[in-house]
Amino acid sequence: MALKTEEMVLNMGPQHPSTHGVLRLEVELDGELVVNVKPHIGYLHRCFEKHAEAMNYNQVVPYTDRLDYLASMYNSFGYAVAVERLLGIQVPERVDYIRVIMGELQRIASHLVAVGTYGVDIGAFTPFLYGFRDREKILTLFEMTCGARLLYNYNWVGGLSHDLHPDFVPMTREFLKYFKGSLVEFNNLLSFNKIFIERTANVGVLPLDTAVNYGITGPNLRASGMKWDLRKNDPYSVYDRFDFEIPVGRGEKGTTGDCWDRYYVRIREMEESVKIIEQALDQLPDGDIQSAIPKRIKPPVGSVYARVENPKGELGYFIVSDGSANPFRLKVRGPSFVNLAVLGELCKGHLVADIIAILGSIDIVLGEVDR
Amino acid sequence: MYNLLNNLIGNEYVAAVIAAALPLFVFILPFALAAVLLERKVSAFMQDRLGPNRTGYRGLLQTVADILKLIQKEDITATDADKKLFNLAPVLVFAGSYAAFAAIPFSGAYIGSNIDLGMFFILAISSIVVAGILMGGWASNNKYSLLGAMRSAAQIISYEIPTALVVLSLVLVTGTLSLSKISEQQTAYFWNWNILGGAGLGFSKLLLIPFMIVGFVIIYISTLAEVNRTPFDIPEAESELVAGFHTEYSGMKFAMFFLAEYANMFAVSAIVATLFFGGYQSPFGYLGNTLHISWLVPLEQFFWFTVKGMFFVLVQMWLRWTLPRLRVDQLMTVCWKYLIPYAFVNLIIVGLITLL
Amino acid sequence: MKTREEIFNVLKQEFPEDVFEILNQPMEPIIMVDPKAIHKVSFYLRDTEGLKFDSLMVLSGVDDANGEKTTDADGSQTINGGTLSVYYHLESLELGHKVTLKVSTPRDNPEVESVESVWRCADWHEREAYDMFGIKFLHHPDLRRILMPYDWDAGYPLRKDYKNPEFYQGMKIPY
Repeated sequence: MALKTEEMVLNMGPQHPSTHGVLRLEVELDGELVVNVKPHIGYLHRCFEKHAEAMNYNQVVPYTDRLDYLASMYNSFGYAVAVERLLGIQVPERVDYIRVIMGELQRIASHLVAVGTYGVDIGAFTPFLYGFRDREKILTLFEMTCGARLLYNYNWVGGLSHDLHPDFVPMTREFLKYFKGSLVEFNNLLSFNKIFIERTANVGVLPLDTAVNYGITGPNLRASGMKWDLRKNDPYSVYDRFDFEIPVGRGEKGTTGDCWDRYYVRIREMEESVKIIEQALDQLPDGDIQSAIPKRIKPPVGSVYARVENPKGELGYFIVSDGSANPFRLKVRGPSFVNLAVLGELCKGHLVADIIAILGSIDIVLGEVDR
Repeated sequence: MYNLLNNLIGNEYVAAVIAAALPLFVFILPFALAAVLLERKVSAFMQDRLGPNRTGYRGLLQTVADILKLIQKEDITATDADKKLFNLAPVLVFAGSYAAFAAIPFSGAYIGSNIDLGMFFILAISSIVVAGILMGGWASNNKYSLLGAMRSAAQIISYEIPTALVVLSLVLVTGTLSLSKISEQQTAYFWNWNILGGAGLGFSKLLLIPFMIVGFVIIYISTLAEVNRTPFDIPEAESELVAGFHTEYSGMKFAMFFLAEYANMFAVSAIVATLFFGGYQSPFGYLGNTLHISWLVPLEQFFWFTVKGMFFVLVQMWLRWTLPRLRVDQLMTVCWKYLIPYAFVNLIIVGLITLL
Repeated sequence: MKTREEIFNVLKQEFPEDVFEILNQPMEPIIMVDPKAIHKVSFYLRDTEGLKFDSLMVLSGVDDANGEKTTDADGSQTINGGTLSVYYHLESLELGHKVTLKVSTPRDNPEVESVESVWRCADWHEREAYDMFGIKFLHHPDLRRILMPYDWDAGYPLRKDYKNPEFYQGMKIPY
């Protein structure tokens, strides 16, 4: 006579220390094995797209900051690129270079949060604090430029809101020199730690064709083995003038596309960002950053889809314009929204502790998921 | 100490009770309170920050603030919780952790209860903690707590086996289970400590050294798992199960779990120090002996005992803030596939050596 | 790499009655497709050599607001008639070309075939289009609201004539 067993439904509810925001996961468990995971989102829905229809193109910029609140520079970068493509204006070179520098600094800051909180989820508390100590230095640089630490309203349509502070370039160079040593320390503490590798290698393996079919982009796709980066494959702004590599997951510690690969691709991306910033600082031209800002924005009738490489993936803005000063329809393709859909697929057959490891490695921010 | 009190009071039962309860109130409870602050400061300095430094001079009164806060919190019991078990669980955990101190010699003149089965008693009474944890997890009526409690029970029971095996191999060398006799055997300078082969002469002592070191590593890891410290803190894994089996406890009951954890940490550190590192014996000889002040010797022994215990507690804290935590199946693998076979082999070889 | 005109010609040959026309706009030409045949066209686009559109970048619903607007008693506008559209932006990671498709369905009963079986990415995007516009995707495995609460019965928020309800589960909405 077989023992009658039932599956237990566990609710990792909206308030939980490691779901990185308000996300509800409905987990069906058979003992400790996961049978199914269903994410429920919408707890942070702030009706961004409806608001955008009631405002001018300029007034939307602070709202775009709040989509992925850990990488605000890049959100407004993407929006500015989209509207400038719609209007057909060309910004001065200095604006492009500064946008790239800010964007790459923001990428480092966002990845530091990602790997730090991933360490906390796995149980190592110390690398998180080291990562935040370095992130504080980046936020100081941002505060020096535009006065805000987290949500900047910096990339305006056609230009920027403030020019660089005179001390910005030397302070950034100093930071980059310090940061290279700090990354080595991070690697020693967390990346090659035997226990960390045991927890993350061969866990949540994402095969490449599944990743492409689900529309996964960003470090997750690169960790599954595909060398696809919008900065090289579909260049925007001045990224085609820099020399940097695209880190790809190679399955060094396990299978290609497991959690360790996703984590390590982010560490290597930070190293590449340092290279890009150094080159951009060397090539930084002079100019007036507000010369191309249009007085009134009235784009022609039509639609455009423009995308940039957010730290979390491909951030796309689809703007439909009907000729008036407000966008007729503004849709944001948030990378975390698309990346989160694959969670149910990845968690099957793993243990409860692995759900947290997998969720942390996908690196979502609920602001982008729910908008 | 027992004789002293007996002569003072006259009633041997009262003397025995006071002798057994003395370390509890004079030493362990203040230690647990201090360890709360110590952990926060140690972790802060390791993480490149300061830790609590506002309450009192450089934060020294932080524990007082914590205890005052916990005492005045509302004692919440969930509606569907099993009230008797819910209230009993912290008591069992607390009692199990503290009762182990009765058989540990704090210095040459003081041991709470000088039984011949010291080590066996300690192993047995620490197992009451498992019952307490299971009760706490079940009675909370919360799936997270239940998961945490089941994991914790599996972990503690599994890791008692390597502990017992290493203790067995040590007993083969020392010939006695009584912790006070083990400490007395390791007298006169550190090369008589058990980790360096124990008190004895000759070739077999040198042969024992590597196996004693292996035994020490195994027992240190196993006792880390018994007190639920990282890297084995799955039962209270904050990021997965919110707080594991003590999620639903608030106020003074939570404080009891908390204090019991720190007392447990010191208990296992003290046991490891007694078994392998000479207990209360000094590595260099006694100042009291050289100066011919006989009452200084027990105080010095108490000092050395405390230093050794604190050192191992600090190593435990250091490990907690450096390493990530193991998943539950990996934890079991480490115990059953690695520690137990090594402990067995260690036991056999030590046995063979003692036959020489 | 093919241009959009070439892709349109290939599609028009293969599906003469399902693919309608190409709208040449300043920023991107858009291919109009029949809403009930979009999944056939998508399978063809994904699997044919030379096209190989293996990635759906974004799927967005748009309220065209091209019906007749009537003003209600309380001053708000309702739109009757007209269409709702869904835009598909596809890309080929192998070959490097992109294409945009558009389907339009009547506003009163919007129904579009689901492309979830072609690209799993469309799963959540279609749920969002259903949630925000009310477009029903036929043969979708699990079509329910995603961003709004599951029992929100006061309409579809991103439509141009959407009005906020007074109460939701006893809580007053405009406060």
